[in-house]
Amino acid sequence: MKYASEFRDNRLARGLIAKIERSSRTPVKFMEFCGSHTVAIFRYGIRQVLPETVTTLSGPGCPICVTANVDLDKAIALARIPNVIMTSFGDVLRVPGSYTSLQAVRAEGADVRVIYSAMDALKIAADNPAKQVVLLGIGFETTTPTIAAAILQAKQESLTNFSVLSWHKLSPPAMKALLDSGDVALDGLICPGHVSIITGSQAWEFIARDYGIPCVVAGFEPLDILQCVDMLVTQVEKKEARVEIAYSRGVQREGNTVAQKLVDMVFEPCPAQWRGMGTIPASGLKLRPEYSMFDAEEIFDIDPGPTREPAGCICGEVLRGVSTPLDCPLFGKVCHPENPVGACMVSSEGSCFTYYLYGGKNE
Amino acid sequence: MCVAIPGLIKSIDGSLAQVEIGGITQTANLQLCPQAKVGDYVIVHTGYAINTLDQQEAKETLELFEAIARVAQEEN
Ligand code: SF4
Repeated sequence: MKYASEFRDNRLARGLIAKIERSSRTPVKFMEFCGSHTVAIFRYGIRQVLPETVTTLSGPGCPICVTANVDLDKAIALARIPNVIMTSFGDVLRVPGSYTSLQAVRAEGADVRVIYSAMDALKIAADNPAKQVVLLGIGFETTTPTIAAAILQAKQESLTNFSVLSWHKLSPPAMKALLDSGDVALDGLICPGHVSIITGSQAWEFIARDYGIPCVVAGFEPLDILQCVDMLVTQVEKKEARVEIAYSRGVQREGNTVAQKLVDMVFEPCPAQWRGMGTIPASGLKLRPEYSMFDAEEIFDIDPGPTREPAGCICGEVLRGVSTPLDCPLFGKVCHPENPVGACMVSSEGSCFTYYLYGGKNE
Repeated sequence: MCVAIPGLIKSIDGSLAQVEIGGITQTANLQLCPQAKVGDYVIVHTGYAINTLDQQEAKETLELFEAIARVAQEEN
């Protein structure tokens, strides 16, 4: 068992597709919350093999895409402070803030470094005692525990030159806000597999219960996604709404309780601003006061100035699922991966980037 | 951003494991997954193992897919 190639088998995929075709009667619209699912759906051509009754729709689950300009501007202002080393996961560097990007200020001389893991930022801090090392804490539930673990390790090692700028966000409150807005009517939710490894499938139970929407947690191989669609179609046809798991090798109902405890020790919920969705209560995470010595917002006096949004970009609507990238007049003309106007064209999981890469025109 | 990939634990030293991912050995932090043992497959996200993978569940899922594929073939 390699846990990869087995779940890409063509013959088994055809079996699942045939089953979906046989059982799907009602036209349905399913949203994949997670940007990694959008990528997998395009990469494996899943939209093309599903029957006409089944439509899939990209959701807001791309951490880089949903980061608001005010937060990007703060990170850029911070990176410009002399003596600061800004450490960040790769894609973030190219995202345009109101006026510039981390990549552009790096070209002007700011010390901005790409890291693969939170552990790298700790090492940079240990190696550069005379500098202040800031870790850009970005990501949903999947990533937050790794940042919490790094903060706890920094405390244990008594690092005094390490801090985190927390952009961490919670997925279920965003999904709730989206459903409450009434902008999109969904018949099913393809729940994020790696977020759910941490939160457990229990995180989605309120959606099935309170909104009557079937929820199935999916992995990221083609058979995982097809199984998820099959389970959702079956629930719809039986007029059921519950939470099921199409990724049982990795996800349990309770989730990773060790990771949950670490996050809860270090972070507390706070309101957070989402691109396209405004401020959503208790949808962000900030460091608890006990860990303020690692909170970049507490340590540095940051004034990024007024924000502005790129003219013509409809990222916000794309993230809410009310428009697709093809509805954007800039898509592919002015805005493309070499010249991204909005965040959704930068992130390798952004809908605009994915549509561009896989030629969304022939979806 | 939530990309995470399966890797096989080859050895463990304290909270760090050597994990083989697609033929390449990488270091993975086990702080979020302290139950992991040598020989387990873990799912690794930004250098941290976030869960072990359940072989029994994986086998049962694939058997289910086999059964579904057989039904589809018989109907053809
Ligand atoms: S195509 Fe570019 S400008 Fe249009 S919504 Fe996407 S990121 Fe924004």
